[in-house]
Amino acid sequence: MTVPALLSVEDVAVDLPTPRGNLRAVDHVDLKIAAGRTLGIVGESGCGKTMLSRAILQLLPKKARLSGRVLFDGQDLPRIGAGALRRLRARSLAVVFQDPMTSLNPVLTIGTQLMETLREHLALDHAAARARSIALLAEVGIPAPEQRLKQYPHELSGGMRQRVAIAIALSCEPKLLIADEPTTALDVTIQAQILDLLAREQRRRHMAMILITHDLGIVAGRTDEVAVMYAGRVVERAPTPKLFKRMRMPYTQALLAAIPKLDAPPHAPLPAISGRPPDPTQPLDGCSFSPRCSHAGVRCHREKPVLRDVEEADHHYACFNPLEVAAGLGS
Amino acid sequence: MMQDVAPVRSSDPLLRVENLVVEYAVGAKTIHAVSDVSLEIARGETLGLVGESGCGKSTLGRAILQLRAPVSGRVVFDGLELTAMRGEALRQMRRRIQLIFQDPIASLNPRRRIGDIVAEPLVIAGHKDETSRQALVSDMLSAVGLDPAIVSGRLPHEFSGGQCQRISIARALVQSPEFIVCDEPVSALDVSIRAQILNLLEEMKARFGLTLLFIAHDLAVVKAVSDRVAVMYLGRLCEVGPSEKLFENPAHPYTALLIEAIPVPDPDVRPAERVTVGEPPSPTAPPSGCRFRTRCVRADRRCSEEIPELREIAPNRHVACHYPLV
Repeated sequence: MTVPALLSVEDVAVDLPTPRGNLRAVDHVDLKIAAGRTLGIVGESGCGKTMLSRAILQLLPKKARLSGRVLFDGQDLPRIGAGALRRLRARSLAVVFQDPMTSLNPVLTIGTQLMETLREHLALDHAAARARSIALLAEVGIPAPEQRLKQYPHELSGGMRQRVAIAIALSCEPKLLIADEPTTALDVTIQAQILDLLAREQRRRHMAMILITHDLGIVAGRTDEVAVMYAGRVVERAPTPKLFKRMRMPYTQALLAAIPKLDAPPHAPLPAISGRPPDPTQPLDGCSFSPRCSHAGVRCHREKPVLRDVEEADHHYACFNPLEVAAGLGS
Repeated sequence: MMQDVAPVRSSDPLLRVENLVVEYAVGAKTIHAVSDVSLEIARGETLGLVGESGCGKSTLGRAILQLRAPVSGRVVFDGLELTAMRGEALRQMRRRIQLIFQDPIASLNPRRRIGDIVAEPLVIAGHKDETSRQALVSDMLSAVGLDPAIVSGRLPHEFSGGQCQRISIARALVQSPEFIVCDEPVSALDVSIRAQILNLLEEMKARFGLTLLFIAHDLAVVKAVSDRVAVMYLGRLCEVGPSEKLFENPAHPYTALLIEAIPVPDPDVRPAERVTVGEPPSPTAPPSGCRFRTRCVRADRRCSEEIPELREIAPNRHVACHYPLV
């Protein structure tokens, strides 16, 4: 059963010129997401997850060079031109960023910002836009929505601001919502509420969603599929339950192990990953994770493993010595 | 047998905070950052202090260090009342009490070399001998896992966040303090680096016999390093108890809410669709009675009328709730 992809990222690479030389932020990534599905992209800072989302949204820095194709709803976004892209971003492709204080305009009221979007893109008149704005704010769980229309972003808490940003993102019924670390700036109880809200609206609207985060805990119960990124590449990709139960890439396992667990006794040493990610301006010949990997062999340091489906069609990983599999073959 | 001054015994707590109140004036309003907080930390113990942003946990940490003057209350360190000290006496005490900040890069002077940054506390304390100062700095940099020969001459921007936090730890340790307030020391770090720094703090604590106050918003991080945990909400302590007991059987509804909100990295644990529990009210106008009552499903009239005292419900377990869960 092949569901046609709503978004298909094909062989996308992003290069950024820096004083220290070329920085390959995204290194030949392939991803697909079907309508109504959720994809989690997980990785640490500098792994390229935000640059990848910007490549999808065509919001890359001016100096960045993009190669590959970004097919959304049958159109190749890097090649459709500014006008078509603008219409598409307005109606079908929405984004929620990490910090709602920087994505909202501080000198305009919440009402102005919401109604501007609705009037511009949906051609609603003032009264209809106002009514729709109030309904949207209520849907995202903002109490007293009518009064909020008159308020400025600084008068709201971080959680409320993020709800407003979500309301604006959802206002034109997008087909795909990209949520880039939407809860990183928020407290844990507010984080849970915002993630619940995103999940509810995603299901209700049958919208596709890409949830970008550094926290494996966030994607575990809330996505259909997960892609783990390291040093600009997707190193493992699988349906979420499979990824957690049969992770093959040592980096994925190390990342999960490094999270302190609530059921672990106090003062238990954490299995830390030694070292740090490689300098993205100095690409390695071998696997980017090999200098930190406890499973790495000679081949891992010399040759770059390709992301492929070894055992099952829906489980991809880029590793010469995958977990368990290697043990099984060795015996 | 009777003495004028009670001798300090090793069983006495190293730090005692008594009825501490800290307030800030913001325009015409007053922020009730810390309201009547009392706690003790034993020698060699790590007390975790958790709560959401704005709950007053960092202010409490700073008030303990006398970086923020309290409105009332006492801070007693090793039998000496810090809140009554001024000038040189307080400066001498600061050698024994150090602080590690959240943002490792911003807390290092970008124009100074690493060797000088770590040596600075010694210079300020009047450590004149250059050679022995250098030796102490080198020892401390090695202890935190950095090569002094390589890092001493460099500037902070040449280091990653994790390495800068190692440098901050070296700077905090160079005067052989007894007590360190760690204020969100790993919040700005990536998961893989966070584990390295938590392990390093544990190692340093064992090696130098430190007592720690570990402030963080992440419960799992706090549990990983703490013997006891104190939960704070809107300036007041909700619950204090041994880490394992507190996490297994939270007594305060707020502790339970915090635990439930932690994302679990297991796809079989579907996040429960919560009843919306709202957001913390403003610390300029905290609710009457129990400050958590506006978000608490168990709250009734008594909770709005009567402030729940922090009381012992089991040995070593304290909770400030009229209707505790255990």
